[in-house]
Amino acid sequence: MIIGSRPLKFQVMVDHDQCMLCGRCVENCSYGVYRMEDGKIRVNSRNCVACHRCLSQCPRDAIMIAERPCDYRNHPVWTDQVRENIFKQAESGKILLGGMGNTGDYPIIFDRLVLDACQVTNPSIDPLREPMELRTFIGKKPRQLELKYGPGNDVELKTKLVKNLQLETPIMIGHMSYGAISLNAQMAMAKAVSESGTFMGTGEGGLHEALYPYQNHMIVQVASGRFGVDVNYLDRGAAIEIKIGQGAKPGIGGHLPGEKVCADVSCTRMIPEGSDAISPAPHHDIYSIEDLKQLVRGLKEATEWKKPVFVKIAAVHNVAAIAAGIARSGADAVVVDGFRGGTGAAPAVFRDHVGIPIEAAIAAVDTKLRQQGIRNEVSIIASGGIRQSADLTKAICLGADAVYIGTAALVAMGCRVCGTCYRNLCTWGIATQRPDLVARLNPDEAAVNVSNLIHAWTLELAELMGAAGINSIESLRGNRDRLRGYMLDETMLDVLDVNAVGA
Amino acid sequence: MPAVEIDAQGMHYTPLNRQIREAVTNGATEIVLKNIMGQRFIGDGLTGTATITVEGVPGGDLGMFMKGPTIIVHGNADHAPGNTMDEGLIVIYGSSGDATAHSMRGGKVYVRDDIGYRGGIHMKQYVNKKPVLVVGGEAHAFLGEYMAGGLIILLRLNQNTNMPFAEMGLASGIHGGEIFVRGTVEDWTLGIGSAAREATPEDLASIKPYISEFCEQFGFDPAVIMASSFTRIAPVSARPFANKYTWE
Repeated sequence: MIIGSRPLKFQVMVDHDQCMLCGRCVENCSYGVYRMEDGKIRVNSRNCVACHRCLSQCPRDAIMIAERPCDYRNHPVWTDQVRENIFKQAESGKILLGGMGNTGDYPIIFDRLVLDACQVTNPSIDPLREPMELRTFIGKKPRQLELKYGPGNDVELKTKLVKNLQLETPIMIGHMSYGAISLNAQMAMAKAVSESGTFMGTGEGGLHEALYPYQNHMIVQVASGRFGVDVNYLDRGAAIEIKIGQGAKPGIGGHLPGEKVCADVSCTRMIPEGSDAISPAPHHDIYSIEDLKQLVRGLKEATEWKKPVFVKIAAVHNVAAIAAGIARSGADAVVVDGFRGGTGAAPAVFRDHVGIPIEAAIAAVDTKLRQQGIRNEVSIIASGGIRQSADLTKAICLGADAVYIGTAALVAMGCRVCGTCYRNLCTWGIATQRPDLVARLNPDEAAVNVSNLIHAWTLELAELMGAAGINSIESLRGNRDRLRGYMLDETMLDVLDVNAVGA
Repeated sequence: MPAVEIDAQGMHYTPLNRQIREAVTNGATEIVLKNIMGQRFIGDGLTGTATITVEGVPGGDLGMFMKGPTIIVHGNADHAPGNTMDEGLIVIYGSSGDATAHSMRGGKVYVRDDIGYRGGIHMKQYVNKKPVLVVGGEAHAFLGEYMAGGLIILLRLNQNTNMPFAEMGLASGIHGGEIFVRGTVEDWTLGIGSAAREATPEDLASIKPYISEFCEQFGFDPAVIMASSFTRIAPVSARPFANKYTWE
């Protein structure tokens, strides 16, 4: 008790005049904030994580949640968070674990880039009238085409094309495993991507049978734990993704805590119930680009060269050189995950301090691959902190072929980014395996929300392209001339290969 | 159907695997691969129950993702035979390289002689799917690292003296499964999360069928082996990281 109680992180207040004692807050809060006592709703604010489930269900708007109503003595260096982290570590001697993405106070480069639009000299295009080509192919493109001319106008393509994924919109949903999130959440997203003509990742948790109907829109992941990986799994996926690293925790593996390994998760991952599912930091058969090539080829051999193989890395200092190695490994796409990427659980020190922003990583990778003349060898998929269609559009201008969204798709299903995914208590039924909580998420209804989000962003992308006088996604990709940097320093502008506003 | 013979002289692994698949599709139960010289991925992702005899030295990832077939190698094998293998049997009349039986989830790998570093790394099991790796000779460091399930038996048959097993990182990070080493192991060899004790008669009874099968393959006397004492290495906990973190 040397340190004692700290100020409340969240204070829950019930307006008893408004409250009709329906008890929905008691029923909905899995963190144990509410109880009914003596004909009144009582609260224990200390348990609150601000997931807002109670607010969303309260018929009378009788609940108010305030963040840190009690101030620490203000200090610019010794912030509330810094002091509380020290308290926790002084008491426990343990690593701080956090959920969701980077909480560091770094400037967001996307917000310092502005897009272009046509005025007078070149006309903008109205996407309501004119066709906008958003269809995107992910995979290797031939360096050149060889044609054979037959009699008359007959032309035959001699070049052998390799399998690409066909996306109707350059928005995919990234890898969130069954285990980290619920089956209902995966089902909802699988329905949404199937409906939208795009793809989602399985994460490293195997492929549950309930997802088989959507397998043509699923990218199956092979990570260092190799959970749920067998020939059946590889054969079912539309593509295979080797996960080397993740933006939220570059350089370290993943641990699905035993609490989340229920009977069904254990079956899909093929590990015992209640045991920790540990994905080690490295793949034990990959210690070099040559080894990576061997796994890429091993997966291609196993599936008779019918599936594109992607390689996902965290955006780190030498991301461009690493991506160039990946391009030569035979992979069909490189996925670059920036330091704002989300996660169910990561050591906070990694989440907030390791890796680089996706904007710089995309630009660096695209530039390097073009310099080396191998940009056609791989597609670039960008992920980690794509919050809105503007980010998507800017990512493509910087050189990405498509993006993965993660957190945005969860928010579309109700997630409030409370960041306590690792506790298995998600009141929204997303990041939990508790059956009563999972049942709250109706996959059909949630699928409509996710599908709406993808649709809305796609419309906005088309509008932005039209305004810039561009009617094909190919003309937007890597088109850095349509970006200007606002309040970015010269070094950053050089990395992004973007001019400053007014230049 | 007579055994199908494939001459792999100078052949790349892709056409080789295509020919193996074709033979299996056509109903072959015995396939003999002649002149194998370093071809990787032999039997990669192959299903069914065919027996493939490899004459020569196969390259890495032999029987990777394989589900069902038997592969018999007359020679040494390169790294990671049985990588993420699902079902079936690999028998190696010789030694194999690093990461032998890496992430194996079912089936058996029997190596007559030695294996390299990180043997049986991250093997795992589920219900009745229990992978088994039996090694007749020696193993290098990090045997059974990150092991999440399954069984490794290290016989050290070439070890005439009573020298204890002395390779570092044994079962480091183990959180499932068990390892049996004939004879004793030096205390310092044990990695984080592992614990060793002398094998009980019940333990020995549980590994006897695999030792018998191994001896049958290679012509050793199981009685001599079973008369030795064994050390059993197993995890201290199935939740090695349960106490590593505090919530933010």
